[in-house]
Amino acid sequence: MNARTLDPAHHLIAKEPYYEPVGDEIQLFEAAYRQRIPVLLKGPTGCGKTRFMEHMAWRLKRPLITVSCHDDLTASDLVGRYLVKGGETVWVDGPLTRAVRCGGICYLDEIVEARKDTMVVIHPLADDRRTLPMEKLGQVVEAPPEFCLAISYNPGYQSVLKDLKQSTRQRFVALEFDYPSAALERRVVATESGVSDAIADGLVRFAQMTRNLKGSGLEEGASTRLLVHAGKLIADGISPVTACKSAVAQAVTDDADMLKAIQELSSSIF
Amino acid sequence: MAKPLTAAEMEASLHAWLETEFTYFKVEQLALELEGLTRDEQDFILGWIRRIASTHITLAWQFGRRAPALLPRMERRLLEAWAVHTCDVFDRTGLQTALRVMEEVDSFDETQHRNDAAGALFEDIAPVLGNFVCGLSGRRLRIEKGEAAWTDGERIVLPPLIAALPSLDDNFQLAKATVALLWAQTRFGSLRVDFSALGARYADPERALARLHALETLRLTARIARELPGLHREMLRLRARLDPGLPPRWQRFETMLGTSQAAVDDSLALLDAAYDEAECPQWSDQGSLRPEAIAAARAARLDKEKARLRIRLAELLEEHRAAQAAPQAAPETPPALAVEPHDENGRLDFAITLDGAPLAPPDNVRQLLTSVYLDFGEIPPEYLTPAGDGEYDPDRVFDQPEDPDAVWHGTYHEKGAELFPEWDHGRQHYRKNWCVMREKTVPPVHDAFYRDTLDKYAGVVKHLRRKFEALRDENRLDKRQTQGDEIDLDALIEALADAQDGREMSDRLFVRLHRAERNIAVAFLVDMSGSTKGWINEAEREALILLCEALELLGDRYAIYGFSGTTRKRCELFRIKTFDERYGDEVQARISGIRPQEYTRMGFALRHMTKLLNRVEARTRVLVTLSDGRPDDYFDVYRGQYGIEDTRMALLEAARTGIHPFCITLDRDARDYLPHMYGAARYIILDDVRQLPVKVTDIYRRITT
Repeated sequence: MNARTLDPAHHLIAKEPYYEPVGDEIQLFEAAYRQRIPVLLKGPTGCGKTRFMEHMAWRLKRPLITVSCHDDLTASDLVGRYLVKGGETVWVDGPLTRAVRCGGICYLDEIVEARKDTMVVIHPLADDRRTLPMEKLGQVVEAPPEFCLAISYNPGYQSVLKDLKQSTRQRFVALEFDYPSAALERRVVATESGVSDAIADGLVRFAQMTRNLKGSGLEEGASTRLLVHAGKLIADGISPVTACKSAVAQAVTDDADMLKAIQELSSSIF
Repeated sequence: MAKPLTAAEMEASLHAWLETEFTYFKVEQLALELEGLTRDEQDFILGWIRRIASTHITLAWQFGRRAPALLPRMERRLLEAWAVHTCDVFDRTGLQTALRVMEEVDSFDETQHRNDAAGALFEDIAPVLGNFVCGLSGRRLRIEKGEAAWTDGERIVLPPLIAALPSLDDNFQLAKATVALLWAQTRFGSLRVDFSALGARYADPERALARLHALETLRLTARIARELPGLHREMLRLRARLDPGLPPRWQRFETMLGTSQAAVDDSLALLDAAYDEAECPQWSDQGSLRPEAIAAARAARLDKEKARLRIRLAELLEEHRAAQAAPQAAPETPPALAVEPHDENGRLDFAITLDGAPLAPPDNVRQLLTSVYLDFGEIPPEYLTPAGDGEYDPDRVFDQPEDPDAVWHGTYHEKGAELFPEWDHGRQHYRKNWCVMREKTVPPVHDAFYRDTLDKYAGVVKHLRRKFEALRDENRLDKRQTQGDEIDLDALIEALADAQDGREMSDRLFVRLHRAERNIAVAFLVDMSGSTKGWINEAEREALILLCEALELLGDRYAIYGFSGTTRKRCELFRIKTFDERYGDEVQARISGIRPQEYTRMGFALRHMTKLLNRVEARTRVLVTLSDGRPDDYFDVYRGQYGIEDTRMALLEAARTGIHPFCITLDRDARDYLPHMYGAARYIILDDVRQLPVKVTDIYRRITT
C-alpha cells in the first residue's frame, strides 16, 4: 500500500476537476488571488465549495492543502509541533505552515467548527502582513506571493454560538455559494453521475421539493452532492426510488414521518 | 393460553368499575355475554371498559354493551380507535355527542367495511402526507381531519379512515393520490372559478358542478402525469381497480384537456358540452368539491394578503433605499416594481425588478406572491403598489399575539392560547388539546428586596462566588498524553532514563491543554401556587436571586418561569426571565414581584418548558423544578393519582428529548409518591424551607458538573 506522503508536489491537482461556474466566482477568486486577499466561501453543505477550491487550485497550478476543521483542532495542529524521535525532539510543520512554505493554497473547511483560539493564528496571514509567527520555533515565516488562504463556512445550520467573529470575517473577500439553478444543477448531476437528462431532471425536481421542506421539519434540503450520489447509484443500475431513498432521504433526516414523506415525493416523480 | 374468566369473576370487577351501587347498570347480562369469549378477548374488552370508565361511566357501560357483538366483525385496531375517539369527543363536546358517536357504531355495516382492517387511519397518514404536500410547490396547505376529502385552497381535509382496498399500502397510495389531486386544484387554478355565478347559469347547478369537477379531474390528472409521473402510474393502477372506465363520450374531453397548455378556462369552455352528457364519471380519488368553503376561504384571504403584500413591498423598498450608497431624494414618481412569475417545470418562482434592476425577494414576500399568484394566475398590478404611510393598520393586517388577560373579559377561552395534551392514566391515553396555556409576565415590583437579600446572605454570596468561579475555570493541562501541543519534559526525561535502563519507553510524552467548554442551558420552573404563600414564596424568591448571581458568573444560559393555574382552561406560565433576556433591574424586580397565585398543575408547564428548552442550542439541557408539594388543581381530578401520573409522564417526555430534569421539592409529608412521580428525574427533598436559598445553588453546582 502506498500512503500519500506530505510532499507538496502531491497536492498539485493534475486533472481538471469538473466545475460549472454559477456566476463570476472564478474571475473574482482569480482577482483576489492576484491581489493577495484571502477568500471566504459561504454556502450550504454540498453546493460545491470544496470542488470549487479544487478547480481553482488546478486553474492556478498551485498545490491545495485542505484542512477539515473540528472542535478539537488546536493551533499546533495547524502550525506544527515538536515530536520525539529517538532521543531527540524534531519539529514537524503543520498543514498551514507547509502551505505557506511551498506557496500553496490552504483551504480551511468549515472554519467555525474549530476552536475560537485556533482561528486567531490565521489573522496575521489574512491581512497585509501575510506572515505566520511560529512562537515555538521563534520564527516568523513570510508567505510568498503565491500563497493563498481560503476558508469556508455554512451560515445556515450551525449554532449561533459558532458564528464567525467579526475580527476574522472582516479580513476576507466573501464568495457566496448557493444551490445552482435548475438547468445548471441538471447539467452538473448528468455530467458527474452519467445519468440521462430525464433522470437528472427528476432528481433536480426532487431536490427542489426537499428544499421546500426546509424549515418545516427538515434542517436542510438535499444538496447537489446528494443528487450526484443518487445519480451514480442509478447509473449503476439501482432503481431511482431506491437510490433516492438511500442516497438522499436517509441522508437528510432520521425522522420516520419525514423519511416516509420524502420517499413519497421521490416515488411520485419516478 | 390462560383460562377464560368466569361470569362471577368478571361481575365483581364490573360492579366496581361501573359503580353499580349508584348507577344500577345490569352488569350480570354483560358478564354472561363475556363468559363465552377467549381470555384474550375478555381482557381486551374489560381493559377498555376500565379505561373508559375513568373518563365516564355511562360511556364505559355503552361500550361494554356493544363490544362483544362487535368484536367478531370489527378489527381490534378499529375498536380501539373508536373507543379513543369517543373519549376525545366527550372531552371536547360532552356526553350527548359522545353517546351519539357510540351509537353510530351500531350502523356499522360489515360488507361496507370489509377492508377496514387494512384501512389507512388519518392519524397515521397525516404527518407523512402533511410533509408530502409541503414538499410540492405552491401555497402551504394544512392537512385536517373531517368527514370527507375536500379542500378550500388553504387546507386539505381527509376522512378518518380510507379503506377502499384490501391492502394498507394501496389505501395509503389512494390517500396520497387524493391529496395530490386536491393539491393540484389549488396549484393549477381550479379554485379560481366563481362557482356560484357558474352554477346560476345552469338549470341544474349541481349537475354542472359535478361535470366541471369531472372535467377538472381529467385536466389535473394529465397535469400530474407530467409533473409527478410516478404518482400518476399509481393513480392509474388504483383507478383500474376501483373505478369503471371513462365513458366513451368523455374520451374527447380527456384528449382536449390533456395538452400541456390546458387551463381551467378550457374546462369551462367544455362545460356546456359535458353538461349535456347523461353520464358523468367519478373517481374514487377525486374527493368532493365544496364551493362555499372555497369561496369563504378566498374571501377571507384576498384583502388580507393584498394588504400584507403591499406592506411587505413597502418594507422591501425602504430597505433597498436605505442600502443604497447615496441617499436619493424621494422620487417624484413611485418606482416601477414589476414581478415576473416563472411557472415552469414544477417550480414556481418570482423575479422582482425595480426600475429594471433585479431585487431578491425575501421568503415572506415570495410566499405571499405565490399565494396571490395561485388566486389570480398572475400578480394583479394593484397588488404591486407599495403601501403608503399609515394606509394600513398593521395590527389589523397581521396576526397579533392575544393579550392573555383579555380572554377573561368575554372572548373565547381558547383563542390565541397554546394547547397541551395531558396524560390520563385511567384511560392510558393522552387527552388531546386539554390544557389551555398562556404565557404572562410577572408584574415587576421595584423594591429593596434584591439588596436586602444580598445583604442577608452576604457571607453565602461570597462563598458562592468563590465556588462558582472555580467551576468556571475548567481549563487544565493534561500531562503524559500520547498527543498534545507540547512535549512533557518530565515524562520525556523519565522515558529516556527508562530507555537507558533497557526498559520500554513510554509514548505518553506530551502535554495537552484540556478545555471543557461549558455549554449548558437551564430552565427553572418555580411553583407559584397558592400554597407557597408566606415562607416558601420568600425562600423561593431569595433562592432565585442567589441563583442568578451565581449563574451570571458561570455564563450558563438560563430562563426562569413560574407556573400556576385554575382548571385546565386557565393554565398560566409566568415569565420571569427568558433565555434571551439579560439579568438586570427588570428581572430582579420581577423576581421580587413573584406572588402566590392559584393551584399546582404541573404537566403543561413541564411540557412547555421542554419545548422552550429544546429550541435552545446547548450540549446539555437541564430543567429544574422547584415545588412545594403534590400536584393539585381546583375541583378537578388533577388532585391525587391523575396529577401524579401526568407529571410523571411530562417528566418522561422531557427526558426522552434529551433534557435532564431535576426536581427540588419541599413536601416533607409525602415521600411515598415522589420516587414514582419523579421516576424520570432526579430529585431532592429539602426539610427546611430556610435552607432553600443556600441549598439551591449548591444543588445546581452539583448537577451540572
